[in-house]
Amino acid sequence: MSLDKPYLDVPGTVIFDADQSREGYWLNQFCMSLMKADNRARFKTDERAYLDEWPMSEEQKQAVLARDLNRCIRAGGNIYFLAKIGATDGKSFQQMAGSMTGMTEQEYRDMMMAGGRSIEGNRRLGEDGDAQPHRQPQGAADKHHEGT
Amino acid sequence: MARITASVYTSHVPAIGVAIDLDKTAEPYWQPLFAGYEFSRQWMKDNRPDVIFLVYNDHANAFSLDMIPTFAIGTAAEYRPADEGWGPRPVPKVVGHPGLASHIAQSVIQQDFDLTIVNRMDVDHGLTVPLSLMCGKLDPQEGAWPCPVIPFAVNVVQYPVPSGQRCFNLGQAIRKAVESYDEDLNVHIWGTGGMSHQLQGPRAGLINAGWDNRFLDRLIAEPQELAKVPHIEYVREAGSEGIELVMWLIARGAMPDVANGQLVGPAPTVAHRFFHVPASNTAVGHLILEQN
Repeated sequence: MSLDKPYLDVPGTVIFDADQSREGYWLNQFCMSLMKADNRARFKTDERAYLDEWPMSEEQKQAVLARDLNRCIRAGGNIYFLAKIGATDGKSFQQMAGSMTGMTEQEYRDMMMAGGRSIEGNRRLGEDGDAQPHRQPQGAADKHHEGT
Repeated sequence: MARITASVYTSHVPAIGVAIDLDKTAEPYWQPLFAGYEFSRQWMKDNRPDVIFLVYNDHANAFSLDMIPTFAIGTAAEYRPADEGWGPRPVPKVVGHPGLASHIAQSVIQQDFDLTIVNRMDVDHGLTVPLSLMCGKLDPQEGAWPCPVIPFAVNVVQYPVPSGQRCFNLGQAIRKAVESYDEDLNVHIWGTGGMSHQLQGPRAGLINAGWDNRFLDRLIAEPQELAKVPHIEYVREAGSEGIELVMWLIARGAMPDVANGQLVGPAPTVAHRFFHVPASNTAVGHLILEQN
């Protein structure tokens, strides 16, 4: 009998459950290694070589190299572990969270100052809120990226 | 006899710690938040406890994926602030209370809650940010927190986290344990984390102020009913990281008006209530309840 996962219909959200944790074990443990200053320095010097020391999948390594946190999370990463990569890059939690929305930093900051993302339309897949799959990406971050 | 006389509830957003450490608390972004804790800092001075039992969660700092204890009680003599990747916070070390902590561990396990006993760990922003909010900025070497602290870490990182009901029941067991300790100690219990926030995916930045404020209302007035709220409601309404709020039910369950899962004594006094959006990605909630 399969496990009950009532959270699968929450849009724009991956719950870090036992299955995700199993898939992401080495990705997350690699992140933990970045809590040591020596390891942060070695990672920065040659990211690919450092990643190759870990039995991670190629998809996980590519997701880290691209700093694509949504892709990291789909591959089993958890935000509290992935935050160690952000810390190594000098990013705040707000910058990391915002990077997963398609918004620019300013757009995301403005949304938070205005009271945050509304729950309306964002409770269940199939509604029409801004976190729903058909409304992605939400901001101008990708355009900005292409322009630079 | 030791006794629990008050409970404190607060969010523990890491950016709040950064704002304190870098002296940004008077900046326009942060000023309204810290204004909401002015009362609390004075209250701490006027109502200084002998021990704080601090319920929080570790954020992949003391515990990696190698070991994931659902409930872990710190029985060490002291704890260092963790290097979470940005370097350790410049705050004083946290002095423990091994005597009371070991007593609580033994008593609570005998009440059928399987705690993990931790004799060595570093403590992260989940524990030190609430201390900074309530005690103000302290020099890491010359300063000291006002009293010993017993860290109590709850797994809210890997799903499933303990249910609200389990947390509420655990709080009652902790109060029994405290009250069976011979030394005359004034103990405060703190529940930290939340309120609504989501740090991942296209739904990052979710805030649900209406739900948060109903949570505060119910935590005060009908915690035995609030304890029945299932995980999925926290995730759906308060965001994937909003599930940290189950930890507040441990502190509420430990208040002396609760016994056998029901409200039996006089309601606690709400000494202070505060709510503010945003701190970084998060809705900040704060309560101080005093026993009557």
